Amino acid sequence: MAALQALHQTSEIQAYVQAKAIAKALTLETIKARKKRREILNKTLATIVLTVGALTMVGPFLWMVSTSLKAPGAVFSFQKNWWEEWIPTSFVWQNYVKAWQVVPFARFYLNSIFVALCVTFGQVATSAMAAYAFARLQFPGRDKVFFAYLGTMMVPGAVTMIPVFILLKHLGWIDTYKALILPGIFTAYGTFMLRQFFLTLPKDLEDAAKIDGCSYIGIFWRIILPLSKPALATLTTFTFMGTWMNFMWPLIVINTQTKYTLPVGLAYFQSLHNTDWTLLMAASVMMILPILIVFMVNQRFFVEGIKLTGIKG
Amino acid sequence: MKSLTNSQKETVTAYGFLFPNFLGFMIFTSIPVAASFALSFISWDLLTPPRWVGFKNFIELFWDPDFWKYCFNTLYLMLAIPLSMGGSLILAIAMNQKLKGIVFFRTVYFLPTLCSGVAIYMLWRLIYNPEFGILNTLIANLGHTLGLTLKGPNWLTDEAWAKPALILMSVWQTVGGYNMILYLAALQGVPRDLYDAAEVDGANAWQKFWAVTWPQISPTTFFIAIMSIIGGFQAGFDPAYVMTGGGPNGSTTTLIYYLYNNAFEWQKMGYAAALAWILFIIVFIFTLLQWRVFGKTVHYH
Repeated sequence: MAALQALHQTSEIQAYVQAKAIAKALTLETIKARKKRREILNKTLATIVLTVGALTMVGPFLWMVSTSLKAPGAVFSFQKNWWEEWIPTSFVWQNYVKAWQVVPFARFYLNSIFVALCVTFGQVATSAMAAYAFARLQFPGRDKVFFAYLGTMMVPGAVTMIPVFILLKHLGWIDTYKALILPGIFTAYGTFMLRQFFLTLPKDLEDAAKIDGCSYIGIFWRIILPLSKPALATLTTFTFMGTWMNFMWPLIVINTQTKYTLPVGLAYFQSLHNTDWTLLMAASVMMILPILIVFMVNQRFFVEGIKLTGIKG
Repeated sequence: MKSLTNSQKETVTAYGFLFPNFLGFMIFTSIPVAASFALSFISWDLLTPPRWVGFKNFIELFWDPDFWKYCFNTLYLMLAIPLSMGGSLILAIAMNQKLKGIVFFRTVYFLPTLCSGVAIYMLWRLIYNPEFGILNTLIANLGHTLGLTLKGPNWLTDEAWAKPALILMSVWQTVGGYNMILYLAALQGVPRDLYDAAEVDGANAWQKFWAVTWPQISPTTFFIAIMSIIGGFQAGFDPAYVMTGGGPNGSTTTLIYYLYNNAFEWQKMGYAAALAWILFIIVFIFTLLQWRVFGKTVHYH
């Protein structure tokens, strides 16, 4: 009897436990459903925000492209449908040809490419070498020199700009490619960034290579550089873009039209053809295009680079 | 004996590796910093011999009404910083909802930052054209649909509107760029269980944001703010040069533009160097501030 009662009790307990489990599952279910609903709401809201934002971002670019393809008179006409502002209805490629002809645009292009390549190569090469010395080699005065590098990183470019200009003037280098290239190569920033990256590389490989009789140059060339491709690519991309876009320095040191880089050439173009909107926009499109291509190819390095420099720096 | 030669070898190698960069660093950075300091006590137009004038450049700057006007302009234009940061945060939160096509959005938002430069400033000069620019066309069309006659301002030629116009452009340019990516990384780093705990306590989305997200990402906010302020003091030359020429009536001339004019238009090298050093001191103060705060509060990266 007692056993039966006990059995009864256990089954009661079991029933209770079961009921509780079902209830719990049910509430879990509703919580899940509610969560799911909220997630859908969040996602819809986010999509709306992002789409509106994306249209705002792209709108001016669309307008630029469509203006660059309009017949000159069409820009100023008022009899237009709203969408004709954004989407090209005519394709006057002649604007591009003309923009290319009225100023030596091809020359500006070549100048920009040449200068950007030289600065980028020089900066990546010398920065990597110096960074290796700072990160891996022992030498007297290392910390002091590195501290000097660090210290100048916060000095605004405006401070060094004037003395460097005077120096270049004394050397007779104003209005030469040297003036465009040399000051751009040596930045403490590149060295600092690569040093930070080299410090994160494991040392075992180098030790093994040293035991095998590998020289420092060999270690640098065969181990450090191949392992640092992401950091090198980031520095390469940023330096190239920065040099490509740089406006103020070429404006200061270059006087001859044939040595203009694209941004200065473009500003000069604007001063000549202030109201030729279609030509101005065609020229702008041509300046932006290479940047877009570099970006599409190297996109992941951008994001990585921003995180690398933004968070650690 | 052997270890000595080894360490000597290492030293020689190290100097070899360092040499090219160090030489350039001395010539184009280190010595110019010192030279610029000396220059700020000198009056020199590059034609006549330089004259030592002591603190005269700094005193003159202090009594130069233009200097204060351009200081004000520079600060005014920095209103773009909080606006852009707020936008960046909203976009980053939206992007953090694990949507499809996030790479597409990220690319699109990065475009204005990526293409910043003379081409974009020319584009915006046309956008702001009062007669035919797309902005005033939009405003007029909007008015038309509402049954009103709206007429947009003369954005770049009206003293009252030139600075807001540059701010608007700058927000467009920076809102989806570096700051948004930093914010997104920060949001992804907020521990999930903090949100779960807040949910258990019955917090709604708004409360969760202010109680969990905001304090957790505050180091990023601070970092972005300081870096933007440091950049802001040195900004404003390129857009103003291309779009307004610093006008109308000097209303878009910033400190760096004034420095450019002094040094390279009016050949007042010493005066410009003094201006550069004032900029340096301002930047230095904000850098110190950043170091102090970051030295103490950021542990979790």
